[in-house]
Amino acid sequence: MEALALPAALPLVAGGGAGLSPERRAALGASLPLVQRDYRFERLWFWGCIQGVRGAYYIAEGLGPDRAAPRSRLYSLNCLDWSLLTPATKEMLALAEQLKGHFQGDPSFEYSLAEIDAEAAARLVQSGKEPVIKEEARLIATIEQIDRAVGIVPRGAFVKTPLGSVHENRYFEGLSLVEAKKLSSYFHFTEPANLKNKTLLEKADLDPSTDFLDSLEHDIPRGKGSKIKRCNEREGNREV
Amino acid sequence: MDQSPEPDPSEEPQSAHPQDAYEVGHGPYQPHEPGYGLDQPGYSPYEDEIPDPQARMLAIKNAKAYLLKTSTKSGLNFIMFYDFCIVNQQYLHLYDRYDHFANILTKILDEQPANAVDIIENISKDVKWAQFRKKMDTLRDEHVVPPTLEAAEKYKALFVKEGGEDEHEELEEEMGQPSLPNVMETAFYFEQAGIGLSKDESYYIFLALKNLINVQPIQTCRFWGKILGLEMNYIIAEVQLQEGEEEEEETEEEGEEIIAEDQNEMDEAEEEDEEKEKEPEPPKSTYKPPPDIPKEANGTGTNKYVYFVCNEPGKPWVKLPPVTPAQIVCARQIKKFFTGHLDAPVVTFPPFPGNEANYLRAQIARISAGTHVSPTGFYQFPVDEEEEADTYEENPEFEPPPVAEMVESLATWAHHVKEILKQGRCVWINPVQKSEENEEDEEEEEEEEQQEERGQALLTLISEDEGIKNIPAWTAQASTDLIPEYSVAILQSNRWPGAYAFASGRKFENIYFGWGHKYNSENHTPALPPPAEAEFPSDPGITERADPTVEEEMAFKAAQEEALAAAEEEENEEAEDD
Repeated sequence: MEALALPAALPLVAGGGAGLSPERRAALGASLPLVQRDYRFERLWFWGCIQGVRGAYYIAEGLGPDRAAPRSRLYSLNCLDWSLLTPATKEMLALAEQLKGHFQGDPSFEYSLAEIDAEAAARLVQSGKEPVIKEEARLIATIEQIDRAVGIVPRGAFVKTPLGSVHENRYFEGLSLVEAKKLSSYFHFTEPANLKNKTLLEKADLDPSTDFLDSLEHDIPRGKGSKIKRCNEREGNREV
Repeated sequence: MDQSPEPDPSEEPQSAHPQDAYEVGHGPYQPHEPGYGLDQPGYSPYEDEIPDPQARMLAIKNAKAYLLKTSTKSGLNFIMFYDFCIVNQQYLHLYDRYDHFANILTKILDEQPANAVDIIENISKDVKWAQFRKKMDTLRDEHVVPPTLEAAEKYKALFVKEGGEDEHEELEEEMGQPSLPNVMETAFYFEQAGIGLSKDESYYIFLALKNLINVQPIQTCRFWGKILGLEMNYIIAEVQLQEGEEEEEETEEEGEEIIAEDQNEMDEAEEEDEEKEKEPEPPKSTYKPPPDIPKEANGTGTNKYVYFVCNEPGKPWVKLPPVTPAQIVCARQIKKFFTGHLDAPVVTFPPFPGNEANYLRAQIARISAGTHVSPTGFYQFPVDEEEEADTYEENPEFEPPPVAEMVESLATWAHHVKEILKQGRCVWINPVQKSEENEEDEEEEEEEEQQEERGQALLTLISEDEGIKNIPAWTAQASTDLIPEYSVAILQSNRWPGAYAFASGRKFENIYFGWGHKYNSENHTPALPPPAEAEFPSDPGITERADPTVEEEMAFKAAQEEALAAAEEEENEEAEDD
């Protein structure tokens, strides 16, 4: 969520029991603006935290002028000192999928690949590296997967300009109650994969400035949207 | 149909397009629009419009005359059309044909459009549409109550103070009153760790618990936690009822069970008599279902506490039924998300004996047994009794260790809920003893295979909990490193993600916020169904064998002859010796 709106938005998502302690909240309020200044991000979003056995990772995402461009991700162990994460590669994603179990909480922890995937381990040994995967790489891959699977935005919150870049829609006032209950009013905020597959009739109904992403309607398993209805009734429709 | 269905625009009676009529928020209904006239009160096709018989006859005459008027466009008569339709049985859908025709005719007689025959299909369609449209008031928009307002009303009802008079008297009587837990204080401590609900929700829960105490005869009460569900969530309160109330419910349930058992015995006796008469009987199945393990009595073991749940603070609290060992055993093998409706069926394999309320209760029992901890030494066994007691009491001489020590070593925490055995109970029971009393002696001697299960004793330290692979079962942290003198020790369970405990001085509390599932690093694989049972035991007489080939038969014959020859030789030798 937007770094500046953090204090107001946190109570809205507290229904699941997970939240931030006052210390962390205060630390975020102090460190995020500085990060935004140092890395010259136009927008900085607090992504959330991943719980490990010995500690939690707090993740933030920074965006440039084009909101749909690949985002820079940062992590921190104490909400004060932030480190940049490298972009995810396909190899990382493939390897991380095979790792199971909790995160350890230590970014330099090494998972030995030999037990999990012997081929990949062999390949790494051949190329002169050790057959291990660091927790940092697993973290990067996990964040990427989560973003792809469940990073959603309401329809109309972002507009695509004719030049191709994506901006926030300043005229977006939230979804109406009727619209908020439909799964089709929410989009995955990733590269669209299904838009080309739509029939011409469907494409005729789309507005190219706002409907340039995949909607949630065709996600499997169906019916994930019932929680959205409930939350939105209570919280209003903000992009969180 | 041969006739052209589209009306001639010049001959249409009023403003052109029927489609406009279906926009939201239009003005008064025009006669050609659907919904006009049909939904006015007391106006049905079967009622006579005009009560006066003379005038009615005249109206009927006029109607007939109108209907007989031939359309200028298509030379068809309305009555001819009517006959045609009946013959072709075109309108055999939706509701009764007669009703539909009556409605069409009513509409036509009211509106009296010219060339009704030409637009008859449209009129029919309009009449059908009108059946499904809401009756909308023509002048005002209907007021849609947004669900947020309904929720707000429920929350407001929580704030109403019952019996607002004589507050001082109530305070004096507090000695015998049940203790309302200080939910806000607990929420504060958990908030230091980043766990918990928003302050508003915690306060609503606080008020809802207060209502619960006022309504039910409760001795002690505690906010157990919140279990998330797909459609709605559950807020759970752990409660101990006052003693008289529990006994009443027990006797009711036992009465029902005894009646059921008697009926079963009667049925069995009748069946046996009948069977002796029939012959021959098919082979009986040798399958004996494992004996039912009786559930623990209310107030002990897994049923020590009574649980009340509600979906949201403000909604009425529902009591969960006591849990049976069979339900716990089955709950260990399945993984289902809760939907939020207590009467939803739980469709799984192995089949879960109960609905979602039972499954919820079973998960609550497992979570409580696995994750309710307290600082070591806070509770102690009563001095007079043995070590393996079921009860514990507070230790008045408990001195809380400093927070740093509570965080470093897990030996400073102990479980205070008894572990659930594989059987599904906290106290092991030999199920065989419950069977028919005649065979008791024999079976006790024979079946010692079921070994008594022993779980961990009541106040075991959590450092003895097994971890999952290389991860310990618990993670301990201090809430803050920057201000150690005011930090709180937080304990997080890795086996049941969502279970937390905090300790600060003499205060401690357990809570659960989560989906209600145990941690499983692999994906859940449901149990496979058992292999199909053999229909009958395999006897030598039934098993198939290949017929011996000719060579085998010849060899066998030769062997037999040799044996005979050998036997004869021996006899001959013996005879010679003699």
